[in-house]
Amino acid sequence: MTAAIIVFPGSNCDRDTAVALEAASGRAPRLIWHRETALPKVDLIVIPGGFAYGDYLRAGAIAAHSPIMREVVARAHAGVPTLGICNGFQVLTETGLLPGVLTRNASLRFVCRDVHLRVEQTDSVFTCKYRPDQVLRIPVAHMDGNYIADDTTLQELEDHGQIALRYCDADGAATAEANPNGAQRNIAGLFNRRRNVLGLMPHPERAADPHHGGTDGRALFAGLVEMIAA
Amino acid sequence: MSNAAPRPNDLMGLSEPEYDTILEIMGRPPNLTELGIFSVMWSEHCSYKSSRRWLKTLPTEGPQVICGPGENAGVVDIGDGEAVIFKIESHNHPSFIEPYQGAATGVGGIMRDVFTMGARPVANLNALRFGSPDHPKTRHLVRGVVAGIGGYGNCIGVPTVAGEVNFDPAYNGNILVNAMTVGIAPADRIFYSAAAGVGLPVVYVGSKTGRDGIHGATMASAEFGGDAAEKRPTVQVGDPFTEKLLLEACLELMATDAIVAIQDMGAAGLTSSSVEMASKGNVGIELDLDRVPLRETGMTPYEIMLSESQERMLMVLKPGHEPAAMAIFEKWELDCAVIGETVDHGRLILRTAGSIAADIPVPPLVAAAPEYDRPWTATPPRPVLTAAEVPQQPDLGPALCRLMACPDLASRRWIWEQYDHMVMADTVQRPGGDAGVVRVHGSEKGLAVTTDCTPRYVHANPIEGGRQAVAEAWRNLTAVGATPLAITNNLNFGNPERPEIMGQLVGAIQGISEACLALDCPVVSGNVSLYNETEGSAILPTPVIGAVGLLPDLAVTTSLAFAANQAIVLIGKTAGWLGCSLYVRESCPGETMAPPPVDLAAERRNGDFVRGLIADRQVTACHDLADGGLLVAVAEMALAADIGATITLPGDLPAHAWLFGEDQARYLVTTANPADLLAAAIQAGIPARRIGHTGGASLTVSGTAPISLADLSAAHEGWLPAYMATA
Repeated sequence: MTAAIIVFPGSNCDRDTAVALEAASGRAPRLIWHRETALPKVDLIVIPGGFAYGDYLRAGAIAAHSPIMREVVARAHAGVPTLGICNGFQVLTETGLLPGVLTRNASLRFVCRDVHLRVEQTDSVFTCKYRPDQVLRIPVAHMDGNYIADDTTLQELEDHGQIALRYCDADGAATAEANPNGAQRNIAGLFNRRRNVLGLMPHPERAADPHHGGTDGRALFAGLVEMIAA
Repeated sequence: MSNAAPRPNDLMGLSEPEYDTILEIMGRPPNLTELGIFSVMWSEHCSYKSSRRWLKTLPTEGPQVICGPGENAGVVDIGDGEAVIFKIESHNHPSFIEPYQGAATGVGGIMRDVFTMGARPVANLNALRFGSPDHPKTRHLVRGVVAGIGGYGNCIGVPTVAGEVNFDPAYNGNILVNAMTVGIAPADRIFYSAAAGVGLPVVYVGSKTGRDGIHGATMASAEFGGDAAEKRPTVQVGDPFTEKLLLEACLELMATDAIVAIQDMGAAGLTSSSVEMASKGNVGIELDLDRVPLRETGMTPYEIMLSESQERMLMVLKPGHEPAAMAIFEKWELDCAVIGETVDHGRLILRTAGSIAADIPVPPLVAAAPEYDRPWTATPPRPVLTAAEVPQQPDLGPALCRLMACPDLASRRWIWEQYDHMVMADTVQRPGGDAGVVRVHGSEKGLAVTTDCTPRYVHANPIEGGRQAVAEAWRNLTAVGATPLAITNNLNFGNPERPEIMGQLVGAIQGISEACLALDCPVVSGNVSLYNETEGSAILPTPVIGAVGLLPDLAVTTSLAFAANQAIVLIGKTAGWLGCSLYVRESCPGETMAPPPVDLAAERRNGDFVRGLIADRQVTACHDLADGGLLVAVAEMALAADIGATITLPGDLPAHAWLFGEDQARYLVTTANPADLLAAAIQAGIPARRIGHTGGASLTVSGTAPISLADLSAAHEGWLPAYMATA
């Protein structure tokens, strides 16, 4: 599998994601500077976490207009698996590849901790290695993870199986207490209709090595490698 | 000669004799810009004039030390061609005036000190002291400082992995915000500040210079009066996004061969960075101020030279490398300009609009900086408190819950969950344990990091308190299995012109020196923050120790979390020292007596023994004993794993002295093989005693009612969120 990681000024999880991808695939991903206008032929595009353009104006808003993003959007529309983690999720909503918007956490504070996630949809290149309703423990670290969409959109997301992950407690119940940021319907991760684009607030690359204290994120990368090779 | 010339009304914080020295150096009265430059360079903050004489007595050498104090940060060898670079620095005054920006720019400043030397920052820490929780300003300050530290560190993408917080009324009018950064660099690619060579281009890169932070270093060198709020314009404003760009651009340029010298513009901005580089390189420097990138029009030379705008670097390049450097800065969208060159006449010359705005000989500007031997009086010894004088709490459970929920012991989760402590994906031990542990990227080695100080001990006895701060930091590294390498210190004190305050500083430095020698842990960098007083009331003396240790193999480390069904063994001697303990402070307010003595030889023996046990994989958990004593340590270990314990009481000490005494040089370890461990202790001559075992959902002290972990956890985790949620 060949992967491209898009690097904006202010991205700060590009290296972490590259490490996790290389561990899963045996191949170092290409780091693509945001000013590029063309993408090499790749099997996967990743928009990593961080603070692209310092989150100025609005998280992800400026990055969505970087030169490279025109090509990213075109590839995603053409079916190339595209993954946005944390700030990457915010960028994907700003480009319109994913519906809705990620607003300031309900607590108004940055939150960095392990959360539990319930796998809602396993029929995708990203989640194929998980079991339905499997409970994962993966860290979040963000200021703006409070997912909001209108009721029609939310219903469509439910109807089309586009909700990938929900915040839940250790037993899999999607409670308000288990929701770290106030996201509607405890949404932690979201697909486009075709399920080749995934945005998620948690950081699977920070749960990919025994030293991280958990490895529940690993199967996401392993699944991608397997599906893309197949 | 010039003594006859009229003196300026405002000497900018300089004393009359200091002004006389300037007249001698200059041979004429300095103009406003020149006086400003002398004023910041000779401020307490930049010149260490009250402390230098004593700082010289600190041990700074060791086979592991690549570069000790005097550069931007200390450099220590960690093997395999790599070095760890670290330093701690205060941003106390600005944080009190404007907590978010003050704390944020404190983090930004210390990170620049570390990446200026060629290191990629890999861990941030912070040591915070706030006033009484009852004080009307405290909540606002906690909220702002924590948000500021998080806002900066999170954005730049360096994990904040450890730290400490105390509350005490002595900090009501003067909080302490000490930030530490640890970075890693190739050992043969360390960058220094000496601009050796003449005719070399001086390059400015980073944010534009504005009117913020002008004379910040001078403000940081004076007491607060009632006018603190009026000093807000001297506080700098941070932009972590620009710092991230600056970090990446500098590291990219450092991978080439272009840089001769580099210095960040921190306190005293363009002044201290240019003077420092010229002085260390034995050259002069000429700057054309018209080329400095400015944020606003009409800035005077005085303002340009004294601005403390953030996220700026000054570097001296090899001739001909400017285009390559500019290309890198352009890629990262940073302002940059060649603003001058090094010259052979040994003077700092500033030009603007074709005329000379300042002309100062560099050597005396640096070498003639005042150094004072301020009068000092030793802190009088306090009486020893015996256990018999301290009333026993009738009920152990409530007493322990009260301690675990007291502001100095309550969980700091509300704070560290606002810090990204996992970015870089190398965090192995998260906040909440004895030390943060980060992996050396791409290896199986780890760095353990901690900051420590117990100000109430230092206040009661500066020498013992200084020793204890080092010993506790050393113990915290040991408790995760790391070999301590070196320390950095942040000496926060009151007004050194008062002999009793100066005595605290002298005593603490003596204690730190003794401990560093006994524990083979030299001081490689540091910062002094004096005049921490408001309207004549000084803070508790707070010499914070930041320490870094090496874990050769991350597979051989331990944490404080209990495993089930293990024997609990106490290492070290327990005399039941209650003087200055939290137990006494929380149960009989106002009682302050002699703090626990620190037996440095015992610290060394016990710590080396514990580290050996960890290396031999004989222990399943380890925790050092500190604030609150034995029972608090047991409770912390239990809560970290949600596994209870049963503890026996010895016959030879009163229960409260045994359970809550704060004797030093002690650790709790758990093991599946207590017999082997105790035999090894006897063999090594180390006091060790089996005190109980782990398991269950409560904490039981023999002969008393079980204390449920749920209750303990609610008390421990509840205090800070509840406090911060109150309006």
